[in-house]
Amino acid sequence: MAALVNRRTVISGFILLALVFPFLTKNSYVLHILTLAFIWMIAVYGLNLLAGYTGYLSLAHAGFFAIGAYSLGILTVKVGMNYWLAFLSSLIITCILGLLIGLIALRTKEHFFAIYTLCVGYIIYLVIDKWDGLTGGVRGLIGIPVPAGVGPLSFEEPQSQYYLILFFLLLTVLMVYRIVHSLSGRTFIAIRNSEELAKTLGIATMKNKLMVFVLSTLFAGLAGVLYASFIRFIGPDIGYITITFDLLMYLLVGGIGTLAGPIVGTILIVWVSQSLQFLQDFRMLIFGPLLTLLIIFYPRGIIGAFYEWKIKRQEKKRMRALIKKHKDAEFSDANSVPDKKVKEG
Amino acid sequence: MDILSQQLFNGLTIGSVYSLVALGLTLVYGILHIPNFAHGAMYMLGAYVTLTMMLLWGIHYWLAMAVSVLVVGLLSVLMERLVFHPLRNAPPIHDKIAAIGILLFLEALAQLIWGADYRSMGTPYGEVINLFGLTVTMQRVLINVGAVVVMLLLYLFLKKTMVGSTIIAMAQNREGAHLVGINTNKVAMLTFLISGGLAAIAASLAAPINLVFPGMGHLVILKAFVIIILGGMGSIPGAILGGYILGFSESLGATYLSNDYKDIIAFLLLVIILSFRPKGLFAREGF
Repeated sequence: MAALVNRRTVISGFILLALVFPFLTKNSYVLHILTLAFIWMIAVYGLNLLAGYTGYLSLAHAGFFAIGAYSLGILTVKVGMNYWLAFLSSLIITCILGLLIGLIALRTKEHFFAIYTLCVGYIIYLVIDKWDGLTGGVRGLIGIPVPAGVGPLSFEEPQSQYYLILFFLLLTVLMVYRIVHSLSGRTFIAIRNSEELAKTLGIATMKNKLMVFVLSTLFAGLAGVLYASFIRFIGPDIGYITITFDLLMYLLVGGIGTLAGPIVGTILIVWVSQSLQFLQDFRMLIFGPLLTLLIIFYPRGIIGAFYEWKIKRQEKKRMRALIKKHKDAEFSDANSVPDKKVKEG
Repeated sequence: MDILSQQLFNGLTIGSVYSLVALGLTLVYGILHIPNFAHGAMYMLGAYVTLTMMLLWGIHYWLAMAVSVLVVGLLSVLMERLVFHPLRNAPPIHDKIAAIGILLFLEALAQLIWGADYRSMGTPYGEVINLFGLTVTMQRVLINVGAVVVMLLLYLFLKKTMVGSTIIAMAQNREGAHLVGINTNKVAMLTFLISGGLAAIAASLAAPINLVFPGMGHLVILKAFVIIILGGMGSIPGAILGGYILGFSESLGATYLSNDYKDIIAFLLLVIILSFRPKGLFAREGF
């Protein structure tokens, strides 16, 4: 049983399920919501790398998401650039802006970093909202093209867009997996646990922090680009602070600093939001306290709680085995002694 | 010249409100080292409670404000007990996220109770008066005077009373305060009470010249953060000074630069300051 449900089979099972999902449902609405959830997941992975693994809570994440989305929108609609060229350029633009902002933002620490990025996020939102000539202001950008076809593949249909975005999600997960399990990943965790100590050990903290910051903006930008060509309309709201809070909630519910957390959290919250649609603007009445309670009682989310439970169970099992062995040994060499008391382990 | 002095008076008025909000924030930061993102929600609730008291029960403005101070202050204490106290030993990222959770909840709650509409608050002090050649409403004068009175009272409380000194002691050194027999739990609760009360006063004073709506705390709290970074986190004179600096630069910026981008001034100011001084302009411990 244990061999059957090991990590590899579970992961392949989920990938298979994601692959056949469009054949299982004829409901295009469900497919739409799921595709959107995939886009959010990509952004949440970016946030996870920075906040979860490196310990820097960036509240400008929605800003970078919006930069990616608006870059694509402006390059395709206003400049009329080839789609995939615009796609690549948008990612590069996001990364360059991320690098510049990161260079300054990462000089600050902890609370200052959170407040600094909060303000940066607000500036990005305000610029998008007020710069009518470039971004269309409050009216937003309309008519962003769907991804252009590659060879025999075209992305006009919702199903094919689903697969395209799934592809990018899997790519993201793979990249994050490789990063986290590499020396760089260990370095990030070392910085999270104690930056002073990491520095003492000879880790170039600034270089590593900058790397992870740019990577995180890359994923935010990628999600933004995919969002723009999936929804095909963007307004300044996508850069507002509430989107950052949404992403943060997905991450926390799933498990901050875990690999599966972003997927679990996003799916769960998106699904619950859909079934609580009658609440609409009041969904925060439930999610707000949930966020707070979670951080008090389960700071590492569902996945973290699951791992904790698993470790505890294993520990219990081992203890039981130990006690049993102990008892057996006592019984065998002290069989003749009457009224023997059983000692606790 | 006339526009300039008018704008300076405006800056003084906005600055007074900012200073009051920033004072509450800086007090809490000084004691517990928490950037209380939920403070903006307290500001918003303060305005709503005053508004409700005036409309529903027809209480006088000042009395409504007193009720609001009490309600929001107690709510703040409740928040400290239920959320920040259990998290006192957690990594700093947890406090921030918990505070964001409270903020989201309170905003949704306000929207549920009072609706999402923009509402205006009446004031018994709407008459226009002439003050040294400036034409201003009584309410604006009141904001300035009220803020100064509150700041003075707070100063006297902190410096001249025993209870106030315990707050300063704890801000200076938590362990030390504990050692000399100060009940740190009580002081933390008291600080939250004062902080909530200050937010309620600021909101009730400012609401008649602005509008009341669930998201009204967003910009104010962001700017209050800018102010306390400007003035040094945890510093009381810094918060007051920073509030007025921001108020003046905004009102002047709106007149002479661009009204569209006036909200950006605060954030640009912060970005520039933190670029050169990552720990704030007047970074120092305690008061």
